Amino acid sequence: MTHASATQHHTSMGLDNRKMAFWAFIGSECLLFGSLISTYLVYKGRSVVGPYPNQILNIPFTSVSTFDLLMSSLMMVLALAAVQRGDMKWGKIWLFSTALLGLVFLGGQVIEFSEFVNKGLTISTNLFGCTFFVLTGTHGAHVTVGVLWLLTLWVRALQGKLGPANAMTVEITGLYWHFVDVVWIVIFTVVYLIQ
Amino acid sequence: MSDARGLASWLTTTDHKRIGLLYFWTALAFFLIGGIEALFIRAQLAQPNGRLVSAETYNQLFTMHGTTMIFLALMPLGASFFNYMVPLQIGARDVAFPRLNAFSYWVFLFGGLFLNASWFVGPLFHAGILNVAPNGGWFGYANLTERQYSPGPNIDFWVLGLQILGISSLAAGFNFIVTILNMRAPGMKMMRLPVFTWMTLVTQFLIITAFPVITVGLAFLIFDRFFGTHFYVREAGATPILWQHLFWLFGHPEVYILILPAMGVVSDVLPTFSRKPLFGYPVVVYSGVLIGLMSWGVWSHHMFAVGLGPIADSVFAATTMLIAVPTGVKIFNWIATLWGGDIRGTTALHFAVGFIAMFIIGGLSGVTHASPPTDLQQTDSYYVVAHIHYVFFGGTIFGLFAGIYYWWPKMTGRLLDETLGKTHFWLQFIGMNLAFFPMHLIGLLGMPRRVYTYAPELGVGSLNLVSTLGAFLIALSILIFLVNLWRTRTRGRPAPNDPWGGATLEWSIPSPPPVYNFSVIPTITSRLPRWTTERHGPMRDPPATPPEPIHVPGGSWWPLIAAFGLPVLALAPLTHTLWVAFAGAALLLLGVYRWAFEPFEV
Repeated sequence: MTHASATQHHTSMGLDNRKMAFWAFIGSECLLFGSLISTYLVYKGRSVVGPYPNQILNIPFTSVSTFDLLMSSLMMVLALAAVQRGDMKWGKIWLFSTALLGLVFLGGQVIEFSEFVNKGLTISTNLFGCTFFVLTGTHGAHVTVGVLWLLTLWVRALQGKLGPANAMTVEITGLYWHFVDVVWIVIFTVVYLIQ
Repeated sequence: MSDARGLASWLTTTDHKRIGLLYFWTALAFFLIGGIEALFIRAQLAQPNGRLVSAETYNQLFTMHGTTMIFLALMPLGASFFNYMVPLQIGARDVAFPRLNAFSYWVFLFGGLFLNASWFVGPLFHAGILNVAPNGGWFGYANLTERQYSPGPNIDFWVLGLQILGISSLAAGFNFIVTILNMRAPGMKMMRLPVFTWMTLVTQFLIITAFPVITVGLAFLIFDRFFGTHFYVREAGATPILWQHLFWLFGHPEVYILILPAMGVVSDVLPTFSRKPLFGYPVVVYSGVLIGLMSWGVWSHHMFAVGLGPIADSVFAATTMLIAVPTGVKIFNWIATLWGGDIRGTTALHFAVGFIAMFIIGGLSGVTHASPPTDLQQTDSYYVVAHIHYVFFGGTIFGLFAGIYYWWPKMTGRLLDETLGKTHFWLQFIGMNLAFFPMHLIGLLGMPRRVYTYAPELGVGSLNLVSTLGAFLIALSILIFLVNLWRTRTRGRPAPNDPWGGATLEWSIPSPPPVYNFSVIPTITSRLPRWTTERHGPMRDPPATPPEPIHVPGGSWWPLIAAFGLPVLALAPLTHTLWVAFAGAALLLLGVYRWAFEPFEV
């Protein structure tokens, strides 16, 4: 990650190798989440026992989580802009804020999951439980990876090892982060808003 | 290739040529294991009421035969050529991400070992040896694969092993897409790429889009088996058909993942030995791309027997017949390439022409499955087994052997013996037709597939015997091939840069190539850079010694260590121990972090 400048050779398409690989990875991830979301939709309303989605989903609570994650994307944009212009003081602040908002989102997911379990919905209760926990859990795992990644960059920045020369690394982290955010918007719409 | 010697230099290698050889030898070993499994199957079926193996063992044999051949032999043999040849064909010094490439190989190796360990570790699960290998078929249909119906660790090995192997393919997919799009030498436009490289590119796009789907299908199965979910449990309101959709959504692109590289090899071999440019190069390329796109719209023809309804059946019948069109176009292009050419009957050409002939038969029997009423007669019978083997053995294997005989001198610096090679070809050609052609009839006469024996009254005893003889003839031909490989190590004729008079870049450099591949990165001005055509003369080969020193990136241990974390992670559910999961995750994290932060000049 630290030798971004070394990899910015001339390339046939004029696009950085790592960035292109990442776009391909995101394409692949679309199929992954596409399959998970399709399964959720196919199995919607087929649970033979409760609790059912309308009895348990807490839209106001999750709306706050969603807003939090959207704001983290804004922090990410600011972080990249700061690193690109060499303003590492604000770069560090925005990187940390992005990770922090990610952590808040994950905390919200922990609270939500525990509440569901308390109300009798576990991963093995019914089809809604299976599809809901696996879909949102996979997304949560992606957010976790993103938070680890952001904190790593933040530590590198604190050590003075992250500068404008590594802007591409931050940009790719941002690609990932925004993608995970966009996936959440789809999940929020499909699972929570359209019941 | 790198001059460094010793085990460590191979364990840490990031040289695409060494990784290509590692893929080759590993895949060859798995190919032999899968072949031995096939011989057991055929020996069991040689006569009615065969008693060589029990029904339980037979289930493991055909499951592991299919899984091994598809995921551990054919795909990685293709990957061996992607690794070795693609950078050479596009004029690059390595792939875009050399360490990710090493990671892909190690994950593949560990995944293959994990799957095959199941043969021997029965005693650890309070069962005998040869008792806990996967036994649910290579397609692993739910809900047979649920814990309720398959309580042992057999399916666990299968589902976890495939999950590991998927990661290997995906990582390689991203790597080669970027390599081919981004690492081309100056002047190597997309429409100047050798067809093998083009087909590799299409294959990688299929891999990165198809494998996530099977990943999800397998993840559901893992959750069902280990965490009590109900993704494929009918009593909970779910439908096992979901598995079939997810599996074949992956499975049909997978068929083209297996055949497109072979089509690429043949498209490179035929022009070389006809001394003629490939007939209709753009059409061959576009047909390959079209096949790749259309392969996403035909999956339900594997599910006609499910009863999806007349609309779905009609649509998938139509798309399936349609995909035969670009395939047929390619076949005519290959024949037209041979037509009027200055043909040299090398072993590689024999295999390439054999590919065309066998693939036509496999393709035609495939079109017969496209019609739902006909398909209903053929489903689950040996007719389908005949079809799949004409496509994968007559197609993929013949194509890959053409590649082996064609590129072996480039990869090792020595030519394979042509007499032994042609003996290999003819025995394999006759053997495969004896082995697989009777299966069409066996199937139409009513013998179901995947059943460990049959009654004499079915009247397919003699046909089965012929098929078994054919299988052993194939085994003999493979033995001759192995002798040829072994002999070549010391007695093979040393290969010059270009033993065949090839048109593409890999022939412009020494055999085997130096670690940096090209002493000077060539500038490409045509699609057939090394040939004289109406429009241009041949390019000048790069000088034998580099005019200025070339920096080559060193090796790394971290891809190997990160890859090792995956089988350890997979052991956790098998052994129901949490600390193993933490150990696996820790290894993976350690590997990835050290990999990310080690100094490694690309």
